[in-house]
Amino acid sequence: MATASVNKPKMRAAERARVSAPAHQPGRFGIYGGRYVPETLMAALEELEREYEKAKRDKKFQRRLDELLRTYAGRPTPLTYAHRLTTEMGGARIYLKREDLLHTGAHKINNCLGQALLVERMGKRRVIAETGAGQHGVATATVCALFGFECVVYMGSEDMRRQELNVFRMRLLGAEVRAVDSGSRTLKDAINEAMRDWVTNVRTTHYLLGSVLGAHPYPTMVRDFHRVIGREARAQILKTEKKLPAAVIACVGGGSNAIGMFYEFIKDKNVQLIGVEAGGRSEALGDHAARFRGGSPGVLQGTFSYVLQDAAGQIANTHSVSAGLDYPSIGPEHAALRDAERAEYVPASDQEALEATTLLARTEGIIPALESAHAVAEAAKRAPKMKKSDVIIVNISGRGDKDIGILRENLKLD
Amino acid sequence: MPLTFYKKPALFVYVTCGDPDLATTKEIVLAAIAAGADVIELGVPFSDPVADGPVIQRASERALRGGTSLAQVLTLAAEVRQHAQSTGLIIFSYLNPILRMGMEKFCKIARAAGVDGVLITDLPVEEAHDYLCAMHQHDLAPIFLAAPTSPDDRLKRIAAASQGFVYAVSRTGVTGTREQLASDAQKLVQRLRRVTKLPIAVGFGISNAAQFVEVGNFADAVVVGSAIVETIERNRGREAAAVAEFVRKLSAVSCQPSA
Repeated sequence: MATASVNKPKMRAAERARVSAPAHQPGRFGIYGGRYVPETLMAALEELEREYEKAKRDKKFQRRLDELLRTYAGRPTPLTYAHRLTTEMGGARIYLKREDLLHTGAHKINNCLGQALLVERMGKRRVIAETGAGQHGVATATVCALFGFECVVYMGSEDMRRQELNVFRMRLLGAEVRAVDSGSRTLKDAINEAMRDWVTNVRTTHYLLGSVLGAHPYPTMVRDFHRVIGREARAQILKTEKKLPAAVIACVGGGSNAIGMFYEFIKDKNVQLIGVEAGGRSEALGDHAARFRGGSPGVLQGTFSYVLQDAAGQIANTHSVSAGLDYPSIGPEHAALRDAERAEYVPASDQEALEATTLLARTEGIIPALESAHAVAEAAKRAPKMKKSDVIIVNISGRGDKDIGILRENLKLD
Repeated sequence: MPLTFYKKPALFVYVTCGDPDLATTKEIVLAAIAAGADVIELGVPFSDPVADGPVIQRASERALRGGTSLAQVLTLAAEVRQHAQSTGLIIFSYLNPILRMGMEKFCKIARAAGVDGVLITDLPVEEAHDYLCAMHQHDLAPIFLAAPTSPDDRLKRIAAASQGFVYAVSRTGVTGTREQLASDAQKLVQRLRRVTKLPIAVGFGISNAAQFVEVGNFADAVVVGSAIVETIERNRGREAAAVAEFVRKLSAVSCQPSA
């Protein structure tokens, strides 16, 4: 007879200590982060972590990545002085970090090239990804074409509708785009479906996660692949202005462009780090994606961070005019930076983002992605209150071509 | 000792609580017990069930539309316990609803309700420190998943952290019925036997009596989940009777006490 008494714990103290208190807790940012996934995925995450640690120390890997970033993606990206915008705001000097000029039109390509090189090292041939705005999907489809990988992109059907152009681009690049009809049919649901695919095909498939989200090592690895943004920006501003900026501003969905921009400035205590979340259409739960305004700590899709949720721990629906910010959780490192009061997070509403798009288009001839427009909106609020000698850097994480449909629905230009 | 398996294989029945409503879930569970289920897994519906296939996803959506919460599932457990003293009761949940309630409070209420064990789908052993402390303090059995992809050193840690039994996942993938069982399941059970004396339950993808017998040849217990949930979905208005019929068919092939 197979029996088991459960009422009296049999585990010895030493044994308990061994299973429950590992020597180190990898992938933690303060109390946030970690690795909360079904057991089936644990071996693959461990493999990825090992491979990434090796690659990080491998000079050849770094050289290949640098070369791809330079000769394929178009790095370094310029730091543009926004002369007319600065004049119109009448305060701090505003600079724009031009990630919108990268191949595929957004910062996402930095991470995709890095992970593609890892996929090659691990000998896998099939890549899956999630996408919200479609920028990460396009970047993934692009690197898969470049490396000859099979590519499947999961995308919420609501996002497919509002980012139709990117769906076509992914298909043109040879990727299969799978519509996700569950939940709010946006980014969160696309990640659920990608995780289900991964849990099923984990032995042959790499999940090319597109933000600083998910289980360890993703938040650390994706951040490292985007650190180049802040590294370049810091050197560029020191060369041009001979001083550090008073503030750097970036939009935060999962938070990859923001952490990429912030990371190099964390040690510069006088540089304010400002993340801009999607304030949506109102402050009611379900009407925005401002995790730090309406959220609380919880676990979603592999990581412990701030989450928009109800009293029973069910994840809330979100809304934003920009698909890339429309997500109920935030990268765990941002949660830690916020708790430590090293970075500040503020919301910008749909309306403010739309107005900022028009503002940047008319003053600088640059149409930002709706995501990046949230950062522009915050810069426009802040600059007039700052000294004329102060400098602000705004990360223009992507370009707005993909948003023309939404802009036409929302802006009356006649 | 409700997690004592008198039959081989023991039959575990999973239900998503609150599908179609909590009163019906109670009827279903009691009918399943009467029909021969040894252990009931009370599934807590979650908005983002990443480890579940379409059947349990749909059931979770229906349950959440009715407002089913973890607190209500624990109340249901207490009610079931009043009617069934010798049946094993296990809470099967994702982590976030439990975190939201508070680990300590959850364990306390679960214990008072007469729950025997808890399985959290997205909580691997590495992250389980606080959970294990609270579970031990309240005499609840923590149960962990073992997967075909888990290397041997992970299987050891999983077995060492588990009490009552180890839950072996029959194959890589989400929950859901399958025509054929992978050879993964038997290999995993063999690897687990080398590192633990705990009974081993096999779940994911077992949907009929033939598969039940096949898995029962090498496992101590067999979990039937999506096939039960699908039976509930397809038999609106007579859910409990339909589940009882299905459970009787499975139970009939495992009614001999094991040697």
